[in-house]
Parts: sequence; C-alpha cells; structure tokens
Amino acid sequence: MAEIQEGGGGGGGKHQKKRAKKSSTRIDMTPMVDLAFLLLTFFILTSTFAKSKATDLSFPAKPKDDQPISKDKANGITILLGENNKVYWYPGALTPDKVLTKADYSSSKDGLRAVFSIGNKKVYDKMQNLKADAKKWTYKDDAVFDSIYKYKSKEIKGGEDALVVIVKADDKASYKNVIDVVDELNISEIGKFVIVDMTPEEKAKLDALK
Amino acid sequence: MPKIKMPKNSPTLDMTPMVDLAFLLVTFFMLTATMKATEPVVVDAPSSTQSKAIPDNYILVTINKEGTAFFSITNTNVRKKVLASMGEKYGVKFTEKETLKFAAMTSFGVPFKDLKNYINLSESKKAEYASPGIPTDSTDNQLDQWIFSSYSFYQSDLISKREEAKTKNEFFDTKKNALKFAIKADAEAPYVKVKKVVDIFTDREIYTFNMITTMEERK
Repeated sequence: MAEIQEGGGGGGGKHQKKRAKKSSTRIDMTPMVDLAFLLLTFFILTSTFAKSKATDLSFPAKPKDDQPISKDKANGITILLGENNKVYWYPGALTPDKVLTKADYSSSKDGLRAVFSIGNKKVYDKMQNLKADAKKWTYKDDAVFDSIYKYKSKEIKGGEDALVVIVKADDKASYKNVIDVVDELNISEIGKFVIVDMTPEEKAKLDALK
Repeated sequence: MPKIKMPKNSPTLDMTPMVDLAFLLVTFFMLTATMKATEPVVVDAPSSTQSKAIPDNYILVTINKEGTAFFSITNTNVRKKVLASMGEKYGVKFTEKETLKFAAMTSFGVPFKDLKNYINLSESKKAEYASPGIPTDSTDNQLDQWIFSSYSFYQSDLISKREEAKTKNEFFDTKKNALKFAIKADAEAPYVKVKKVVDIFTDREIYTFNMITTMEERK
C-alpha cells in the first residue's frame, strides 16, 4: 500500500510532498507477517494430521440354535488372536493332533500376508487381472463403472477357489489386532471371512502354547 | 522482478503480496480447521490401508482404551427427537435450551440420569468431566436404547424427506442418505469390549459397520 503513494504528487512540489508522505505512511509490517506465518504454520500442522477413513466390516448374525457355524472346508483356515499381539493359525477342521502355526502381522515370510497369499493365489491373480482390465473400461458414468466393478469383484471373491478365513479373537486380544487381520484380508483380496467367537477347544490349545 | 519500484535509498522489499497470501491461507486454514468440535473422548484409532471415506450420516459409537462407550449421531434433527423420547422413557424433562445444547453436542458418555447435568456444564467443565460411559449391561442397556431410538427416528425422517422430494418431483438419493453405523475404537481397546457393542447392533439385526481407522501406507 505504501508504495502506491510513490507515484503520487507530480508537478513542481513533487520533491517536498514525497518526503512528507514517505515518513508517515510506511508501516513496518514485519511483526504482522511474523504473526501471520506463525498462525499459518500452526493451522497447516494441526489441520492435516490424522485423516480418518472407514473400513467396512460385517459381522455374522447370531446362530438361531446352539449349533456353531461349521465352515470346516478343505480350503478354510482359522486365525486365532491371542494376548500380547500373538497370532496363530491352522488349516481345516480342528482335530486334537493339529498343531497351531505361529504367524505375525508383518509382510515377512512368516506373516499373515504370506499365509493368505498362498491360499488365495488364484483369486488374487484374478483380481489383479480385473483391476488391469478395469483401466481399459470406457463407461462414462462413474456409478455404472462402480457397480460393474463391484459385481465382478464380488463374483471372483465369492468363487469356489476363494480361501475361507475364520477369525477368532481371544478375550485378551486388542481391537487393533482384529483390524490388522481384516486389513491383511483386504490386501489379499479375501472376501470370504467371518469373525466369530472362539470355541473352548481352541482356547485350550491357545493357552497350552503359553 | 523489474516491475517493483524500489525506493531510492532504502532496500525495503514490498511485502504486500506475501502478506496478502499469508492471510488468505491463514483465513482458509482457520475456517476449515475449526469445524470439528472437541470430543469428550480421545481415541487413537488403529491404522488400516483402506481408503474409504467416512459416510455422511451415521450413528457413532466410540470406545476408548478402557472400553467405555460413547454415543453420537450426526443428524441434529433426529438428535432432538431422540432426546425427547428418551426423556419420556426415563421420566426426565428437557427444556428448549437444553435440547438445543444437546443437538450441538458431539459424543457423550454419561448414563441418562446424569445427562441433564452434563448438558448444562460449560464447555471447559465438559472437557474435564470424567465420563463413566453409557451403560451397556443387559439389565439397563441404555446404549441399545439410544441406538434403537435414533435408528427409528432417522428412518421416519428419511421417509418423510423422500415423500417431500417426490411431491416436488426431485431426485432423492436414498443410498447416499442411508444411515450407516460407525464404530471408532481405540487401538488398545480390548476386543471383547468392541464385541459387546457389536453384539448390541447384531441383536437389532444390524450387521455391517464402518470401522473408523486412520490412513496407513501399504507396506
């Protein structure tokens, strides 16, 4: 603002006028700028933290009678979540001689990701193909695109060769563990999973490992 | 920058555009950042690679580290109706002012008998208030009451809105306006406590949830 005044005046009295205005209109803006940038930094830092997102999760209905859900198919695995972030798994049905395998939440070769990717390889590959195909689709409407994509992925994930995963959390397991497993399931494109309560036999096996 | 006229003897720089920009940004961040009101409960949600946006209309149950449950619903109109109906049920009358205060509130975690006092607390007192949580035991399942009552009022509200749109010949996006159920639990919360809340929903035949998580890069 102060600078605009510079060109003013004109004519014979130019020199005198200029000097007079110069001394009165120039304000030191430095403190204001300091404050402005301080506030700016503060708001930038506080506003961009922690973007919340949602993870879809479905839970099964309570079984009408006392019969437990039996999904002990050949291509099923059960994940057991224990205390202190411990996680174990076993394939198929639980028999007394079955050994629980230890796993973790990392993407290493002992991790859940490796376990899931072996069992769900066919579906995973199909999903990758679908994703590659989807890039070439030419639907004008996003809603049409979404519904077709959803339908196709549902078809693949619900297919016969999809891995069935049963997640069972101990009383002492933390909520984070459950979300981590669900996240791994989503990464591995596993659509057939269910979160249910642990049976006493499984609890006994888990306790025996301590 | 040849356009800027430099005063002959002083090396001062014209800071005006910079200040303009700085204040513009300050204004922008202030307006966007202060939208969210303070929550009575601080929850450190677990991270996930899922990047689904949070829905517009939802019932939110927050569970903190100790497993204490807090309740919230986004729709202020429904909030007022729910408070009135819950008040009738428990024999507590709320004034117009209290109802408005309640509608503007975020999550709360107090048993119904303490709700009136809690509403009338000042903002700073509310922040200090140690919320005991909404009772969830089977003898006095207030959380279930809140959920059920909010759900039914929301549905009737939705139907009337749809009818209104119909008479005006406007499109009404039922899917977008549908009520979702969000659970925001602390990463350290024991799973049994989350399970208890989930069971309350599943008893009401609600099976799908939006679990609130924070963003995480895929490893």
